[in-house]
Amino acid sequence: MKIQVITVKNLVKKFGSFVANDNLNFEVFGGEIFGFLGANGAGKTTTIRILSGLSKPTSGEVKVAGFDAYRQTEQIKKNIGYMCQKFSLYEDLTVKENIILYGGIYGLTKSLIKERIAELLAKLRFQEYENRIIADLPLGLRQKLAFSVAVLHEPKIVFLDEPTGGVDPITRRQFWEMIYETAARGITLFVTTHYMDEAEYCDRISIMSEGKIVALDTPENLKKQYNTATIEEVFIKIARPGSLHPHPPVPFSQERRG
Amino acid sequence: MKRFLGFVKKEFLHIFRDYRTLFILFGIPAAQILIFGYAVSMDIKNAGVAILDLSHDEITQKLTDKIISSGFFKRTENLLHYNDIDNVFKKGKTKAVIIFEEGFGKRLYSEGKASLSIIADGSEPNVATLVTNYTIAIVNDFTMELAVPALNNSIRIQPEVKMFYNPNLKSHFMFVPGVITLILILICALMTSVTITREKEFGTMEVLLVSPLRPIQIILGKVIPYFILSFINVLLILALSWFVFGLPVKGSIILLLAECMLYILMSLTLGILISTVSKNMQQAIFISLIGLMLPTILLSGFIFPIENMPKVYDYVSMILPPRYFIVIIKNIMIKGTGLIYIWKETLILIVMTLFFIGLSVRKFKIRLE
Repeated sequence: MKIQVITVKNLVKKFGSFVANDNLNFEVFGGEIFGFLGANGAGKTTTIRILSGLSKPTSGEVKVAGFDAYRQTEQIKKNIGYMCQKFSLYEDLTVKENIILYGGIYGLTKSLIKERIAELLAKLRFQEYENRIIADLPLGLRQKLAFSVAVLHEPKIVFLDEPTGGVDPITRRQFWEMIYETAARGITLFVTTHYMDEAEYCDRISIMSEGKIVALDTPENLKKQYNTATIEEVFIKIARPGSLHPHPPVPFSQERRG
Repeated sequence: MKRFLGFVKKEFLHIFRDYRTLFILFGIPAAQILIFGYAVSMDIKNAGVAILDLSHDEITQKLTDKIISSGFFKRTENLLHYNDIDNVFKKGKTKAVIIFEEGFGKRLYSEGKASLSIIADGSEPNVATLVTNYTIAIVNDFTMELAVPALNNSIRIQPEVKMFYNPNLKSHFMFVPGVITLILILICALMTSVTITREKEFGTMEVLLVSPLRPIQIILGKVIPYFILSFINVLLILALSWFVFGLPVKGSIILLLAECMLYILMSLTLGILISTVSKNMQQAIFISLIGLMLPTILLSGFIFPIENMPKVYDYVSMILPPRYFIVIIKNIMIKGTGLIYIWKETLILIVMTLFFIGLSVRKFKIRLE
């Protein structure tokens, strides 16, 4: 029996009369890599904000890491990691200072932070960068470091919001190796991406369109079901059924990312 | 708590690592004090005056000497006719013409009053006001000296209150409080609004919000370093004005520092408010500079006295916190008064601070949703 780390039942989120999340139902299991796909403005960011305790659902039941998204947002925040498309490390701080900062924010002890720094730098072959400021590092390295920092406190779930935007194919590949490794440790990964080849790497994917989940299964099953060779074709078939019509205006909280 | 301290430390690192921020924090205040103190001096020194003495008696001679020897004026010409006045102004060197009426001395003794006209060059209104004020002050001084030996109480004395607290007529005494007022609101509001919008722009704010840090901790973590640095700034400015201009703090230094803290807090909350309404750093800088610096310079009584403003501006300036702080700081620094005389202004600042805190917390929450 697989453990449910995220449970969403009949989730509805409204901004005024605009329905951003329209009756969502899904579960995510421990150690799973869950792909969360959808066109820009489909409502993905709204869902992620609710799951990460930033925003409260209008109605429905949402449990993350065993905690309730209405009342236990503090607990949720302690048990998740987050990395967004926009770069999440401070460019004017050194690698070490960034790790210390985030370690401290998540309440790790000093000795544990020290230990993790050494571990992490060795793993990434990063030692010579320890005291370099982030702005001097190439984007690929930064992205890998940002991911390592997001899982520094061994959260139950990590949300990756378009983590590989603007990264070269080799780094993307290495990045996904890190994701697999993390999943193997039992950490659940909740990934949004616009790269459909990345969607194929996920254990299961859901596709959102206009606030609803229109497909949810393993990549293999979806391809079979829609009789296509790639997820990309599945996506094009179902993600934008009304693509000839412009999308309704989205509220500002989800303007920047889809 | 440990979480929070790490966050505060990070904020300090941001500040110390960025030379521009450091320069804005400490370079600009020092430069401002020196510039306003020296270059933009409102003192008059050797302003050209022409004398039209139609009486030519002992009294007018004495009074003329007193005016010319005061150091503020120098005689450009002695005029003979009213007709020359226009010409002498056109030459440009003369800022004012002082005219003694015919039989000035005789009338002063016989009737107890005599007329003296000051005609100033209104094309430079500031200089004109200063020149007339200084002349009036000197004339009043002269009549007082005269009144004692003559024992004639009917000689009218017109008190000039404006210079009472600044007997040497030194204008940096007036400028230092103004500069402190301006710098604190600018730096506090500008810096906090920029640092918060920077996190928004770089996307690090999202990460912080998702972290176990509470929003109030994030805001406090941003505000505390600037509070400390601004306070150091106040000490720096006070020290600078003491060593460079010899400006003492007449009143209680503790009261002064406490009031400064209140004002810093008010400015910081204003900065948070600005950051919640601006989408990026440029906007935050724009709002802080245009929305705060100009009104502070123009309307707070820093340079132009509020009493001389049209009523409309007077009302507008009532919503500007610097207006009240200038009164407070001038009272403490120059007059040496205590809290009894400035409790009203202090109360207004406290109310404003609470209002800004309430408003920005509300705005911050709305943004989160």
